Amino acid sequence: MLIQILPEIGLYAMMLALAMALVQAVVPLAGSLARRPLWMSYAAPMAWGQALFLLTAFVCLALGFLFNDFSVAYIASNANSQLPWYYRLSAVWGGHEGSVLLWSMMMAFWGLAVSVFSRNLPRDMLARVLAVLGMINAGFLIFILATSSPFERILPVPPSDGADLNPLLQDPGLIVHPPMLYMGYVGFSVAFAFALAALMGGRLDAAWTRWARPWTNLAWAFLSVGIALGSWWAYYELGWGGWWFWDPVENASLMPWLAGTALMHSLAVTEKRGGFKSWTVLLAIVTFSLSLLGTFLVRSGVLTSVHAFANDPSRGTFILILLGLTVGASLTLYAFRAPRVKSPLGFGWCSRDAMLLFNNILLLVMMVTVLLGTLYPLILDSLDLGKISVGPPYFNTLIVPLTVALGLFMGAGPVTRWKQMAPRELIKRLWLSAMVALMVALTMPWLYDGAWSLSVTLGLLVAAWIVVPLVREPLVLIRRFGLRGPGKLSRSHYGMVLGHIGMAMTIVGVTMVSNYDHADNVRMRPGHSVEVGGYRFTMTQLNEVHGPNYLADRATVRVTQGDRLMAMLHPEKRFFDTQRQAMTETALDHGLTRDLYVAMGEPLDDGESWAMRIQVKPFVRWLWLGALLMAAGGILAVCDRRYRHRSRTRQMMEARP
Amino acid sequence: MNPRRRQRLIIIVVLVALAGIAIGLTLYSLRANMNLFYSPTRISAGEASVGRSLRAGGVVRDDSVQRDQQTLDVTFTVTDFEEDVPVHYRGILPDLFREGQGVVIVGTLDERGWIEASEVLAKHDENYMPPEVDGALKAAEARRATPSDTAAVAERRTSGTP
Repeated sequence: MLIQILPEIGLYAMMLALAMALVQAVVPLAGSLARRPLWMSYAAPMAWGQALFLLTAFVCLALGFLFNDFSVAYIASNANSQLPWYYRLSAVWGGHEGSVLLWSMMMAFWGLAVSVFSRNLPRDMLARVLAVLGMINAGFLIFILATSSPFERILPVPPSDGADLNPLLQDPGLIVHPPMLYMGYVGFSVAFAFALAALMGGRLDAAWTRWARPWTNLAWAFLSVGIALGSWWAYYELGWGGWWFWDPVENASLMPWLAGTALMHSLAVTEKRGGFKSWTVLLAIVTFSLSLLGTFLVRSGVLTSVHAFANDPSRGTFILILLGLTVGASLTLYAFRAPRVKSPLGFGWCSRDAMLLFNNILLLVMMVTVLLGTLYPLILDSLDLGKISVGPPYFNTLIVPLTVALGLFMGAGPVTRWKQMAPRELIKRLWLSAMVALMVALTMPWLYDGAWSLSVTLGLLVAAWIVVPLVREPLVLIRRFGLRGPGKLSRSHYGMVLGHIGMAMTIVGVTMVSNYDHADNVRMRPGHSVEVGGYRFTMTQLNEVHGPNYLADRATVRVTQGDRLMAMLHPEKRFFDTQRQAMTETALDHGLTRDLYVAMGEPLDDGESWAMRIQVKPFVRWLWLGALLMAAGGILAVCDRRYRHRSRTRQMMEARP
Repeated sequence: MNPRRRQRLIIIVVLVALAGIAIGLTLYSLRANMNLFYSPTRISAGEASVGRSLRAGGVVRDDSVQRDQQTLDVTFTVTDFEEDVPVHYRGILPDLFREGQGVVIVGTLDERGWIEASEVLAKHDENYMPPEVDGALKAAEARRATPSDTAAVAERRTSGTP
């Protein structure tokens, strides 16, 4: 009985959440304007209620999936009774309706987290922050209820079985990729809310940046992991062995990441030195707007991309309006309030402030580059000027040199002093690192490949240049305080170190895999063997395998190097019955220095041969490990004692009468 | 000029210069890397220039896919139900590539009027028609549509698009 009405419970829960979000958007804000503590105190309970009811709605949907309730349209089109239970669970966010519900639920949980961990914020500030979060989520909930409710029923005759989850999404990587990405997208709303609250209150001092910083770092860490997971998934699931396609949807997630990276660094300047104040506010607005833009691009169906599925245009219009309102309102507020604040401090050209300024400019230029390449075709199309697409060479020719420039400042920045520094001293601190980096970059291509290569040297030079100067700080402290010295550095410093090393690792990965990968499309049958990149691939068997909801052809490929057996690989070509769709399941042997990659293409006419794609990908793991390291750095910085210590002193001050 | 103002001036000049360089480079590489989309009708009409990278799209004509027995060469025809364009590709076709399916091809046009494909894209969702292809099909239909066969067009429109 209860199971049958779960979808209705979910729907009501969503409506209740919307009502609470509306209260949260209006009452605390009015309270902060009218200085009424009672009104302001509505904010936190509303945030909790919203989280509770959205969780209820989400659980109802998830239970519907687990119990195979195919009378619900969304479940019927995204699951099937043959689907294993874990994929039925991840199918909750496998389609549009479910993923926007997930988005909204995460939004509510960020609000909940803010209300719990920021209790020691000034009351009006907290009220405003939560009000802004309430507005955003109210907008999203209206969107869900009006255009994409996941609880719509197919009555009176429900289908006997579901249409099944898209086979591409039946994968462990996909269980975690969307939630991580959404956590990142949505997380930037907190920084945005803090910025807007600060603008409203006219309190644009360094305080709001100190409160906003850990939230920004956390959101950024989630987004980094989300992007890395997406790239990793595309790598092994799409069967092409590519890890980044400059697909508009990938770009949609990269843009907030670039802006968010700039925001993190600019927040650092504002907190430490009080500079860049209005700039930081603007970045917070831009970052969240780009998150919304990303959602719009992915969810509206305007793109030709791997993520674009048949979609309803009214949804796109709705998100576009939501985006317009958010950007318009926040920029208007910014225009009225921001010019009042002035950054009083100047700084010299050779200072950490300046380095971070360059870093910000470069990151934003990269962001604009990606934005232009992504939106240009859409704009031309909507003006009826022809359908074009912008290929990867565009992005590569622009992003690669920009990254090299960014790397230059990343190497120098951490050893530069705030405010002012004699250039001669900076050179003194850096020349040794530069030599070491140059040595590494010049020798490594020789050692690895036996030949010199300009692009590899350049890539490794940048990576080494980023890492080597980071050693200086701990060394200086060891010299002064002995082995306990490095412990004197704060966690947020080590967070920075970790993040930068992660970036360097990613650069190494990109450089190596772009320059040294081997790929070959071959025709193979059992007994046949080919040599790719120094490895011999031999197909030994070809069988048929039955899975829970598919039938597969499976090849066994033996990989040897000289006489040594490196791996036995089992690539498959699965055919999913319900959706009548074929899927490539690649086989990988992964290692820290190389991946062996075999994918089955298609059966050829003679019946026993297959087209196979065989690749050797050196250092490809580094790409994603680097991203994980960056995320770890972000989280480590959140754990910095400073944030907790400050809040404790504030509590003590407030406790004192 | 006081130092503060001079610093500000330098900032502005550097910013403008950087922005200028960035915009210039961006526009240059946008122009160099743009792929225009052509429907089979436009290609047959000679609108696409030979040798330049382009995107084409349409539906894969039934019984047109031919694999070479020894190599990975494959040829097929894409159509907007008005004109056909032959395509040659070497490599592995995507999982969702099928006769009767909408595809997008990235490649170059040669003198014979063949497209030498460097990439063939077929989409995940079997009901999904790439927007360009959908547009090309609708345009072809509209040209064909005379009062006598509107029924046929209506029929195709309901079956051809999601």
